[in-house]
Amino acid sequence: MATVRTITLPHYPSYPIHICMFRDVTNAAFLRSQLLEANPDFDYAFLDPSMILSPSHLLGGTFLALHASLLSRAKTRTPHSELVFRLHPNNNIGEAYRKFGISDSSTAIIAVKLGLGPEVTNERVSQHLGEHVQGESVNVGEEAERVGDWCDVGKVRKVYKLENPKKKGGKKGAQINGVGKEVDERREMESVILGMITLKGS
Amino acid sequence: MSTTNMASTASDAQPPTTPPPTQPLHALPQPFTTSNLEVLTQGAEALVYKTTFLTPSTPCVLKYRPPKLYRHPILDKRLTKARLLAEARVLVKCRREGLSVPAVLGGDWESGWLVLEWIGGRTVRAVLDEWVHKFGLRARDGKTSEEEVKRELDEGLMEVVAEEKESQEAREGLMRLMQMVGRAVGKLHEIGVCHGDLTTSNLMLRTPERKEVVGRGPPRMTVSAQREAAMSGQDPPEVIPVQQEETKETNSLEGDVVMIDFGLATQTIHEEDRAVDLYVLERAFTATHPAAEHLFQEVLRCYGESFKGAKTVLKRLADVRLRGRKRTMIG
Ligand SMILES: Nc1ncnc2c1ncn2[C@@H]1O[C@H](COP(=O)(O)OP(=O)(O)O)[C@@H](O)[C@H]1O
Ligand SMILES: [Mg+2]
Repeated sequence: MATVRTITLPHYPSYPIHICMFRDVTNAAFLRSQLLEANPDFDYAFLDPSMILSPSHLLGGTFLALHASLLSRAKTRTPHSELVFRLHPNNNIGEAYRKFGISDSSTAIIAVKLGLGPEVTNERVSQHLGEHVQGESVNVGEEAERVGDWCDVGKVRKVYKLENPKKKGGKKGAQINGVGKEVDERREMESVILGMITLKGS
Repeated sequence: MSTTNMASTASDAQPPTTPPPTQPLHALPQPFTTSNLEVLTQGAEALVYKTTFLTPSTPCVLKYRPPKLYRHPILDKRLTKARLLAEARVLVKCRREGLSVPAVLGGDWESGWLVLEWIGGRTVRAVLDEWVHKFGLRARDGKTSEEEVKRELDEGLMEVVAEEKESQEAREGLMRLMQMVGRAVGKLHEIGVCHGDLTTSNLMLRTPERKEVVGRGPPRMTVSAQREAAMSGQDPPEVIPVQQEETKETNSLEGDVVMIDFGLATQTIHEEDRAVDLYVLERAFTATHPAAEHLFQEVLRCYGESFKGAKTVLKRLADVRLRGRKRTMIG
């Protein structure tokens, strides 16, 4: 059994989101092959944790993917591929999988399963992932607050083409309102990224 | 932008005649329902609600542009989409450039809605009203002659406030607020954006986030998180200390300035558009209180120093004022 956290997005209470994080994974190649074969038993979004900045980053993409799927506006095959696609700043699905998905050599994974039907329960997801992912499942916390713990902030910054405020001598942002207001780097990045993925493709 | 537009914007700054109802009146777009939604304002273009987004502890603003039934449906949809997209694009651009504006958290242009980061605080209009109100009470208590009050007004709000106990603090707080407004508008113009509806209702003074809360209650919980918890019926937090905390915050002039409502914003570097932004803001200040004009001088001073082309915009502002006055005389 893997430790799966089930949370619901405000306004979409009937579509629970199941989230599970693994480390020391040894069979990423197998998991990836199941995705490539489109095995219906492996209908998950397997994400690279180094590309997930924060819970809101993950949930922002999840909301958009769920919403697009429910309104039949998805651009990809499944709600789970839509999630991977939605996280990427541009419209190339292949690139989205390369950047946000797992590779054959991944050792850390975030698995997301959207509860689109009554058969998808925390228990079943936990059982299925525990059975097929060779690795150690990690508790992501009550509100999935730890999904950003393994983020490579520099990598995320690069993918979204965000300027590094430090490189500019902290000139931008922090000084507008004078008095040494500390800028929480991740929060600031998250604020821009959520806007970017919302605007993407329009 | 034409001078006719400016007139309508200035009159929009007048207080609404009917108090806003507390329950949503319109059909809402999926997935929103009346539960967990609180009406903030119902403007001509957009319905504005407070709700949560992504997590139950993330407050946000939902801006919904309902279909206009008198317009052709296809045209209406296209217009709504274009305006929402323009608003969201400008917000994201500003945020990327480090300007204090609400983040875009989500949206659906086809359905006509946008979700924005919640800014905890109050509008600059409310801040100014508080100070005017304070003065008004004092004047009625002490002076009966309207002449006398008028003369004092002409000498400026600052002089009046200076007589009060917390005078020094108030003066400094208001001046600091004016400086922040001037710099924020300067920065906005510098990155190539004009706001298009720069009234004091579209500027907010954000209350600083409190890391610790006085009194009991769960550790490391902010005031808003406690409020959330209270609303969702979880462990009620210690009410009395929190309330005291908020009363204190309400009159505080601490915090930073956040610009909101980019529904009429344009990406432009034209001096005229920039000068009109300043003119609209000036009108909003003077509509609040004749004495607020003195405060506005500080906004202009800081604006003038904020970027390279700012001084020429101030010159242009003089032309715009003149035209505005002429139009008023004819009309
Ligand atoms: N991000 C926000 N955070 C907090 N309050 C907001 C926010 N956006 C708007 N409001 C409140 O709602 C009011 C109306 O929103 P606004 O965006 O100005 O819409 P409108 O176009 O109808 O004027 C504002 O004057 C402000 O009081
Ligand atoms: Mg407004």
